[in-house]
Amino acid sequence: MTATAMPAGTGAAHGGDAHAHGHHYTTTGLDNRKIAIWALIGSECMLFASLISTYLIYKGKSLVGPYPHEAWTDPATGTVYNPILNIPVTSFSTFVLLMSSLAMVLAHNAVVNKGKPRTGFWQKLEGNSVFWLVATALLGTVFLMCQAYEFTSFVHEGLKLGTNLFSSSFYTLTGFHGAHVAAGVLWLWTLAFIDLKRGLGPADGISVDICALYWHFVDVVWIAIFVLLYLIK
Amino acid sequence: MATTVAAPSYAPPRTQAAEAKGGIWSWIATTDHKKIGVLYLFTALFFFIFGGLEAAVIRAQLAAPNQSLVSAELYNQLFTMHGTTMVFLAIMPLSAAFFNFLIPLQIGARDVAFPRLNAFSYWVYLLGGLFITAPIFFGLAPDGGWFGYAPLTTRQYSPGLNIDFWVLGLQILGISSLAAGFNFITTIINLRAPGMTLMRMPMFTWMSFVVQFLVVLAFPVITVALVFLQFDRFFGTNFYTLSAGADPLLWQHLFWIFGHPEVYILILPAFGLVSEVIPTFSRKPLFGYSVMVYSGILIGFLGFGVWAHHMFSVGMGPIADTVFGLTTMLIAIPTGVKIFNWMSTMWGGALKFTTPMLFSIGLVSMFTIGGLSGVSHSSPPADLQQTDTYYVVAHFHYVLFGGSIMGIFAGIYHYFPKMFGRLMDERLGKWHFWINLVGMNLTFGPMHFSGLLGMPRRIYTYDANQGWDLFNMMSSVGTAIIIVATLIFVWNFFASLRRGPVAGRDPWGASTLEWSIPSPPPAYNFAELPTVTSRYPLWDLTEGDLTKEHHEAPEARDRRIPTAKELGIPMPADTAKPALAALGLTVMVGGMFLKHVNMTVFLAVVGTGAVVFVGALYAWLTSPLEEAH
Repeated sequence: MTATAMPAGTGAAHGGDAHAHGHHYTTTGLDNRKIAIWALIGSECMLFASLISTYLIYKGKSLVGPYPHEAWTDPATGTVYNPILNIPVTSFSTFVLLMSSLAMVLAHNAVVNKGKPRTGFWQKLEGNSVFWLVATALLGTVFLMCQAYEFTSFVHEGLKLGTNLFSSSFYTLTGFHGAHVAAGVLWLWTLAFIDLKRGLGPADGISVDICALYWHFVDVVWIAIFVLLYLIK
Repeated sequence: MATTVAAPSYAPPRTQAAEAKGGIWSWIATTDHKKIGVLYLFTALFFFIFGGLEAAVIRAQLAAPNQSLVSAELYNQLFTMHGTTMVFLAIMPLSAAFFNFLIPLQIGARDVAFPRLNAFSYWVYLLGGLFITAPIFFGLAPDGGWFGYAPLTTRQYSPGLNIDFWVLGLQILGISSLAAGFNFITTIINLRAPGMTLMRMPMFTWMSFVVQFLVVLAFPVITVALVFLQFDRFFGTNFYTLSAGADPLLWQHLFWIFGHPEVYILILPAFGLVSEVIPTFSRKPLFGYSVMVYSGILIGFLGFGVWAHHMFSVGMGPIADTVFGLTTMLIAIPTGVKIFNWMSTMWGGALKFTTPMLFSIGLVSMFTIGGLSGVSHSSPPADLQQTDTYYVVAHFHYVLFGGSIMGIFAGIYHYFPKMFGRLMDERLGKWHFWINLVGMNLTFGPMHFSGLLGMPRRIYTYDANQGWDLFNMMSSVGTAIIIVATLIFVWNFFASLRRGPVAGRDPWGASTLEWSIPSPPPAYNFAELPTVTSRYPLWDLTEGDLTKEHHEAPEARDRRIPTAKELGIPMPADTAKPALAALGLTVMVGGMFLKHVNMTVFLAVVGTGAVVFVGALYAWLTSPLEEAH
């Protein structure tokens, strides 16, 4: 038996203070939620990888139009359908979502530096966590409105959910992303509401931090979608 | 008189049933990982028996040629639900019972990282399991096989509600597994006691750790595959509609990218359990601990690169076939390493053939048979002869019954005393083992032959004189023997709960932290967080004297275990919000099948479920984990 001689009991004195009131011992020193959100993000990567792969596999395989990047004439009716994807509108919504990540960073910064003395309008604005949380949520909401507009106009142009392989995979992928943005917006409004009600301080940094990680992840996924679906023809 | 070994200082002083809090509410509202583990164990054993009965009907139908005990339609439902039940409702949750009960104890933690999420996982599992199981009583059970190949399962070819129940039920169950996956990853990374480095973790915790990564990376893929199928069936998308140009292999690829890691999700926890049992009853440390860790990780990693060996017969072409044949052969290496390490652990050890040890040896030998037949169909030309025949059925039953179930039985006999404070009967346990071993080999052994003689899977009957009659009769007789063995187990389990001998802290002289505390452990597990200095803390404590029996000193019998409150340990409060959220989620997702029954009822049910789910979730997330004190 290769016993490392030290009896296990001797170390108990160190472990003993680990359940000091209100502070739970963790191995890494990190909050549990931080590790869990990274695990969630890893899992979400596989979710979006599956959705994006399916879109790419089905790219160009639709038997009937409308198509994403080229016009299509219905041989039966002779109706001409325009290319579906509207790059300028989506470029704008992409920009909005990127800016929301900036606001998110500033919101986190404002929460963890709460209590720092600030003078002047700009410094006070920088430290106003409610403002930045609401700004992030609003920018996210604008993105969702752009997506709602996009979906509505596509349907009017003749692309319904079951029209072809492109429509099925496009709406499902971007819809799943939109649902993630919507969940994030709900999360942000909740944080903003709590901040307004009782004020978030440095001790709440982790609560904002995990929301921010999720939000940035959803943002990064959109970058991938924007490039792979919209920009590459 | 047995020698008394001083309990380590971090162990609470006495072995006695923990604070007795009874009543059904204490189970519904519990956030204690041990109670949730026990809930998982009972529920999963129920589903194991249920899935076994489905198999019994299948074997009765196939015992002789041209029988008509069940209709072809019901037969389809039976084999579909047998597979679905055993994979998702029996083996995975039986493993989850051990994840819950053991991981915090093995790493020296008070609970899992998110106790309420843990309760949520259980309730989602229970409700989802009932949702997917209940339809069989109405003749509406899923009937597309546990792998649910689309386009067969699209509305066009499966118009009934059957597949709707399957799609929705698996979505619900997936949420349970994913939530548990995040929880245990965080628990193992972040709640290890001081000194419990990764390479000091018990092997069961290590294998569970690998499994959680497989779960969180594989389940999203089947989620997407199921979402496609659900959208096709409910909202008219055409992911699997061949007439719209869909790829007939899309489902197969997505399903098996999930499905093959799932195989390791099913087997690695059992590997972990026997890696606890074999060193204990060989009185030796596990041979090649670090290689065991690395081979487990490698199995998990390679498990994502072999999925298309389930698809050799679809015509992927020689390059894909070769690549997936090679990766499949590669995975035999880390698996073989484990087999040899268990044998090397036993080599020269002071072996004690207790029931858990017998079942562990059963796993090592029976899994090896299943592993070898697996290697035989890693070769695409051989697989073309074997695929869709009973040879494959024989293969995966040796792996899952001979492997996973044997390992889980080893775990149940081994940890029953820790869970319930009493030992199971050894004599009945050995009867269970030997009868089970005979029954299982008689059931699945002949399937190699009927399969190689060409008997296809999933046929509800067959004509006489094709050379299959004898083998089928043998398989059916074997199933009856397994039933006898299982009845002995059930009797032993429940009788031992009441009348088994009191176990004490460490009845087996085992080495890991969970054996340092009373059986059953108090709610807070460890009075003080232990500090760990080696892989075998309890063997260090007894300074190499491993053969002495460990019993509590009689004078200690009457001392009561202090409660968490007396020790000033903050504990998570009981709450039923996770159970309520699980109910809302199940109603919301499960209620979707009503879309094709009645639109108004559909909207009302799904809406109610959504409101309950979101409401309970908000109430849960905005309330503190621990009672104010």
